[in-house]
Amino acid sequence: MAELWTFCEESEGGPSTLGLELLAKARLLGEATVFYVGSGSPRAWATLGEHGANRVFHIDPGEQLPAAPAAAALATLAGENPPRLMLFGQAYTDRDVVGRLAARMGLPVLSNAVDVTLDSDGRVRTRHEISGGSEIAEAEFTSSGPHLVIIRPKSFPAEPVGGPPPPVVSIESPDVGSAGAVVTGRHARERKGPDLEEAAVIVSGGRGLGDAEHYSLIEQVAAPLGAATGATRAIVDAGWVPYAKQVGQTGKTVKPDVYMACGISGAMQHLVGMKDAKTIIAVNKDPDAPIFTIADLGIVGDVHKVLPKLIAELAGD
Amino acid sequence: MRVVVFLKQIPDPANPSRFDPDTFRLERSEDQIIDETDRYGVEMGLRIAEATGGTVTLVSMGPVGRAQGIRQALAMGAARAVIVDDDALEDADALTTARMLAAATRRTGFDLVICGTESTDGYSGVVPQMVAEILGVAALTYATGVETGDGQVTIQRQTSAGYDLVVSDLPALVSVTAGVVEPRYPTFQGIMQAKRKPTETLSAADLGVPISVGQQVVSISPAPERAAGVIAEDEGEAHLLIVEKLQEVKVI
Repeated sequence: MAELWTFCEESEGGPSTLGLELLAKARLLGEATVFYVGSGSPRAWATLGEHGANRVFHIDPGEQLPAAPAAAALATLAGENPPRLMLFGQAYTDRDVVGRLAARMGLPVLSNAVDVTLDSDGRVRTRHEISGGSEIAEAEFTSSGPHLVIIRPKSFPAEPVGGPPPPVVSIESPDVGSAGAVVTGRHARERKGPDLEEAAVIVSGGRGLGDAEHYSLIEQVAAPLGAATGATRAIVDAGWVPYAKQVGQTGKTVKPDVYMACGISGAMQHLVGMKDAKTIIAVNKDPDAPIFTIADLGIVGDVHKVLPKLIAELAGD
Repeated sequence: MRVVVFLKQIPDPANPSRFDPDTFRLERSEDQIIDETDRYGVEMGLRIAEATGGTVTLVSMGPVGRAQGIRQALAMGAARAVIVDDDALEDADALTTARMLAAATRRTGFDLVICGTESTDGYSGVVPQMVAEILGVAALTYATGVETGDGQVTIQRQTSAGYDLVVSDLPALVSVTAGVVEPRYPTFQGIMQAKRKPTETLSAADLGVPISVGQQVVSISPAPERAAGVIAEDEGEAHLLIVEKLQEVKVI
């Protein structure tokens, strides 16, 4: 069986959902080893075992920014016993590690994949949604491995398969000298309402709202529906709402039951993060807005007129 | 401080470009614009250079075309530009790009490299980290704020929960997210001065970096289309259609 390694960053004391998604794919393709970055715990190892991990490499970089020490440790391990394929997620720490690792080992990386296949000759092929998801590109490596692939979140469901706790190999975080950086403080913003990535219903706003104050329309539609609130990159960049609300290529990838896009034209950057919602409702005054090409219900109209009436209707007035 | 800012010229996203059906390359016209996200990097670089009595050197790779994007950044206040333009780099992947940018940066000399987190046309999102590894410096990534002092750089690093404070010694590389600062508009004087600023164009051979690309696109095909939806013009009652839809899918 082919040997595959997956990257997993610790999140709230256990494996991140993204790390478990990668593991779910890897165990279908071969023997899966998880490279785990964080404090680690018996509970974390048990979870990884339940999700099909055969082995865990564990590194705890402490207050060091994980990228440089994790990449150095991975390069050493992969140099000794190269896997066929290494899977990373399209997330900040994953990208930092794989970028450094690739440069260190002189290996190419395929980014933004939504699927990966491994044929019996060991050839790796990746699938990518491009042009906002309207086209599919397939790519392959022309060099020898190990092959490095970055997978978009929510490409595979993270499901337990009921395995035993795997053996854990702890690796000392290497000294990386001038490549190192230290995290000196962590600041969490207060979060209101349901988590964007878990919510069944999402109401999102874009430039069409006109100004930051009108984002309250989005919140008022979301509240009675128990929905999470999202945003486009344009209004995050403009400072109307925090980055945590951004849906799209450089923000969160979501797959809710219902996605309601208000005043969103549908830039490629945004579509790629939400187009897999089961039902898409769009309100936009431009009938030619690309969002209407993927909407199940499209309302050509002004959000400032449609949303207040919708809010009143939902309140039962 | 010697600040190097990476800049990419891209096809205007408002006029989506096509892929060549034979080579799967993005067709690039002579008219290219500065990648929107790089305007933030230029602004951040200029502020740090101004505060420390330094200058900004732009480093760019890709077909220079009419150089509108590079001239715009020079007009904003960058002192000079180094451009890696070589037909042999047409199929360059992220690692090849990083090797070229790193070599050009080393040749220029630097205390701080500033770049965007990913380009708007390619968005592999790994070039900054690769460059940092090649240069042997820290990569302080996804910065929403940057400060320098006492031979160190400190950033506010965006996280899904909020932000972390991250510090490293200089020299270092910082990748900035869009929206971190408000990019300035070039002044008339800036635009006039930009025409006289030095620009240097280099090939891969000039940099002494061999080109080896380890990946290729093998096909591009249309994605399965979503079933067409209902589109309705609002004549005052369209909100009821939304309520109906929400009831149909049992959200209310």
